[in-house]
Amino acid sequence: MKEPKQLSVSAIQNGTVIDHIPAKNLFKVIQILGLDRFDNQITFGTNLESKKLGKKAIIKISGKYFADDDINRIALVAPDAKLNIIKDYEVIEKKVVEVPDTITGIARCVNPKCITNFESVTTRFKVVSKKNVALKCYYCEKITNQENLQII
Amino acid sequence: MKKRSLVSIDDFSTEEILKVLDLAVEFEKQPVRKLLEGKIIATLFFEPSTRTRLSFESAINRLGGKIVGFSDSSSSSVSKGETLHDTIKMVSSYCDLIVMRHPIEGSARFASEVASVPVINAGDGANQHPTQTILDLYSIRKTQGKLDDLNIFMVGDLKYGRTVHSLMMAMSRWNTTFNFIAPEELKMPDEFKLYLDNLGLKYYEHSDFTDIISRADIIYMTRVQKERFSDPMEYEKVKNVYVLRNSMLENTKPNMRILHPLPRVNEIHTDVDSNPKAYYFEQALNGVYTRQAILCTLLGIKI
Repeated sequence: MKEPKQLSVSAIQNGTVIDHIPAKNLFKVIQILGLDRFDNQITFGTNLESKKLGKKAIIKISGKYFADDDINRIALVAPDAKLNIIKDYEVIEKKVVEVPDTITGIARCVNPKCITNFESVTTRFKVVSKKNVALKCYYCEKITNQENLQII
Repeated sequence: MKKRSLVSIDDFSTEEILKVLDLAVEFEKQPVRKLLEGKIIATLFFEPSTRTRLSFESAINRLGGKIVGFSDSSSSSVSKGETLHDTIKMVSSYCDLIVMRHPIEGSARFASEVASVPVINAGDGANQHPTQTILDLYSIRKTQGKLDDLNIFMVGDLKYGRTVHSLMMAMSRWNTTFNFIAPEELKMPDEFKLYLDNLGLKYYEHSDFTDIISRADIIYMTRVQKERFSDPMEYEKVKNVYVLRNSMLENTKPNMRILHPLPRVNEIHTDVDSNPKAYYFEQALNGVYTRQAILCTLLGIKI
């Protein structure tokens, strides 16, 4: 009997696994981390069963480790994400993401009259609430919250 | 010297605000001082604001500085499609300081990052207008002899009024008690009330003028604008409720003064003008002294 063809995506030798991403935000995470421009082997799965999130997504990036500052950028869209750092097929470290104190260049300011929506200005926010994310625009000083959060 | 701008009132610490007010006292005593001789100040008014512009230009002239600029963006390169970024880059090489008024919120903060010289925000849309706040603080301190523990009444459009929000935030540094008098549609927004709650400051809300104003140290009037109402009937109902008349001032405290950022339309009846408690025209004059003080502070000029 012929064995069913199967892609071996189950494990990576070295790299990072990002788990517990809300399924609907998978592509936002890819965008924020710039994974679409990576040369590394990347596999992802989405709409997987999760008790906590309902539907979750997972990303495995071979041969890549992220600095905390870089990975925390995804906290806006994947606040419960968990990272497994893999070396030689072993999980050597687990990390959770943390909402940083400032957010640069990821989110759009909700205020239509804000300068960042008129000219090419990199958006900057002070995080005024981490639990229910609320961002105060460094320029127009208006608050953008979770409901009207838009990723650039 | 490190470049210093004034974009938002929070850019200045309490100590720095008090220093500016003290400096303004000196300019009130002697307004003509040639401290800006040889300096060029750009006044860029991307939207017209006659009073603010004249006040700044008067302050600059009294200090012997020269002015370049425009009073309306139709007479600038903006009408040719130039970005704010490029306009500010170009202008900063022509002058020692930029005074800017712009209809877009956050434009002043952006300009202060782009410019190689200090920027004074003379109003960025509905966001900030810090020199107005400093002149209000000066007027309050001058008429009350202090800033601490005062009872301030704010009347009219408390929802959209940039000046009342900014003054409220600034005065919250001095243990102020606030009374807000506004129609339902123009009430003080929750975010500002929350701000006071967090500081543990007292505030009271009223829907019309009553004897309560006898407690006021300062009554800060603002204009209730027709265009703010979604229902014109609502405006008709309230338009005469928020008008201050001379007869209402009888039982007010002797030290009480009436402030208004101007222009006034009908919210202060002209019969109030001759009452010694009317202070709004002197308040406008104080704007020149405080702007002189702000210009010198940002340019690092000592008197």
